[in-house]
Amino acid sequence: MSEKITLSHGSGGRQTHDLIRSVFAKHFGMQEPMTDSALLAVPSEMIAFTTDSYVVNPIFFPGGNIGRLAICGTVNDLAVSGADPAYIAASFIIEEGFEINDLDRIAASMADEADTAGVKIVTGDTKVVEKGHCDRIFITTTGVGILRNDHSHISYGAHIKAGDKLIINGPPGNHEVTIIASRKQLSFDVPLTSDCTSLNRMIKKVLEQSSGVHFMRDMTRGGLAGVLNELAGMTACGIMIEEALVPVEEPVRGLCEILGFDPLTLASEGRVIIAAAADEAEKILNIMRSDPAGRDSSVIGEITLEKPGRVIVNSSTGGRRFLDMPSGLLLPRIC
Amino acid sequence: MKYVDEFRERKLIMNLADQIRRSVTGEYTFMEVCGGHTAAIHRFGIPSLLPPGIRLISGPGCPVCVTAETYIDELIALSFISGVAVATFGDLMRIPGTAGSLSEARAEGADIRVVLSAYEALEIARSDHDLRVVFAAIGFETTAPGTAVTVLKADAEGRENFFILNAHKVMPPAMEEIIKGGSQIDGFICPGHVSVITGSSAFEFIPRKYKLASVITGFEPTDILSSILMLIRQVNNHNPAVEIQYNRAVTRTGNIKAQAYMNEAFEPCDAGWRGLGVIAAGGLRMRDKYKSFDAGASFNIEVAHNETETACICGDILRGIRTPDECILFASACTPHHPSGACMVSDEGACNTWYKYHLHE
Repeated sequence: MSEKITLSHGSGGRQTHDLIRSVFAKHFGMQEPMTDSALLAVPSEMIAFTTDSYVVNPIFFPGGNIGRLAICGTVNDLAVSGADPAYIAASFIIEEGFEINDLDRIAASMADEADTAGVKIVTGDTKVVEKGHCDRIFITTTGVGILRNDHSHISYGAHIKAGDKLIINGPPGNHEVTIIASRKQLSFDVPLTSDCTSLNRMIKKVLEQSSGVHFMRDMTRGGLAGVLNELAGMTACGIMIEEALVPVEEPVRGLCEILGFDPLTLASEGRVIIAAAADEAEKILNIMRSDPAGRDSSVIGEITLEKPGRVIVNSSTGGRRFLDMPSGLLLPRIC
Repeated sequence: MKYVDEFRERKLIMNLADQIRRSVTGEYTFMEVCGGHTAAIHRFGIPSLLPPGIRLISGPGCPVCVTAETYIDELIALSFISGVAVATFGDLMRIPGTAGSLSEARAEGADIRVVLSAYEALEIARSDHDLRVVFAAIGFETTAPGTAVTVLKADAEGRENFFILNAHKVMPPAMEEIIKGGSQIDGFICPGHVSVITGSSAFEFIPRKYKLASVITGFEPTDILSSILMLIRQVNNHNPAVEIQYNRAVTRTGNIKAQAYMNEAFEPCDAGWRGLGVIAAGGLRMRDKYKSFDAGASFNIEVAHNETETACICGDILRGIRTPDECILFASACTPHHPSGACMVSDEGACNTWYKYHLHE
């Protein structure tokens, strides 16, 4: 029988220590002796600091798993704030009976993604709860990024102005549709993988080579519609999107047609929207396209003076409509 | 995407919009009965393509919008019985009953599961013999055959732990009620999916008895614009009839097999529609031979039958007498995030659609 997590793995005693050494320290490269806190050198006056919990169901899906997602998500939250992701803390809540092999696979892909992104997993925690008290495994990651003072305006969109171009780095919604299709309940066979990716290397290139980035946000829950409405609300600017320019992939469109979803509200885990100064947009687009994470980047719309605080979509069929913040729940536990 | 893009071709759409502009000779009010049409009309920005003389109003065809508050209360009462799970379409979760929604009941520990079909609810019952599963059976002729087939299957396998709480409704009597209630309309954009089942013949009383234009319509922008053009021509020529624009899916006789399943499991009955009151022959009830699957008869649940007093004008909106922006609650006390009435909850509800696409216009 394969080895399973038991309550004693969360007891704080010998089994906990063994698990930490045999799974986490092995993959994450934590140094002995292990201390209560990681001590970090931070060469900066400002840091970006973020935390996020991951409860995705299923935990393994085409293109990733809960562990990879937990690294990408936190790396991307730091990167879109204009920061250079440096350190990550990872905390695990595991259900009794969870396969240690699965935990090992998850930890290995976290280490792999952290390596790709160039961040260090420096500290963590493990708790085990009784069977039925959580769904297999939940992971919380907390990240620290190094922030240059002159990038601190990006999170707030403080420099946004009419005429700024809106650029996305690829088709939206692949992650959410992959998760929907992975649920047994629906029995759809969709030729798609999650877009789950760390974006910090691409974003770093953009920020190093251009000062024209006025706003960035990753398009997770709520999708493009959520981010654009937040931006419009926060800056009181108007936003105009050309639906025909949003590159939605065929399987995503197909499933949306069947289930009545709007692709513009679907979540991605490796997609960013950038508001770029009009005269820098072409340059930024080219930098993005030269990176593997941004090969399919395109301009999809712009900031306008029309209808402050609202997002307008010029639909590909020729009509016009408002795009509102999505409400309710399309599908629970997509990340 | 094949079989979709063809119906969204911009050139065709502009051409149809142009023909509509040239055909208009006065003012026209058309009611789209089906919630799916309401959603499509606004999603594709159809109103922005129409000349000012054409008014489109929403009708009673959003299934969750016309579901009585007490039905939600009954589901909640069932869901709190130990060993009972309520299986429901996701749309019902946030609909307010007289005391809270299914979503709130679930947070309090009730066993409520979201399913995509009646059959999925039956599968839950099959997989757990100790659980009594109650399927929330709502919807029109589109969902009723699915419920009927599932009940017949459950009967054939002698299943004793599967039930439905039935609130199925049928569309033509509600349309007649709206005409008799004095809605000032020139014609109907008749439901597409309902007609796939019923056939166009179910709507022939409309031009015959009431001299109103009627076109059975598909859900793509070219479908909707073609139908509006057909309606205008019927009105201009004083030649009301039931025309089938959605002819790739709808025939005069409909889906005979689905009708047979429906007739086997259900019979017509008077039914209460939220906002519209009791409509004669507006609903379906389980035939006596399948009564053992009827949760209403099998469980002893009692809920108070007093509808809440509110300024919500959902009833008038469902009748096409008033539009959402005429409600004092609209966009202030009533939003998709905090709905007061059912029309604000469902994606197919008129208020929800107005809120999403028209607010501040």
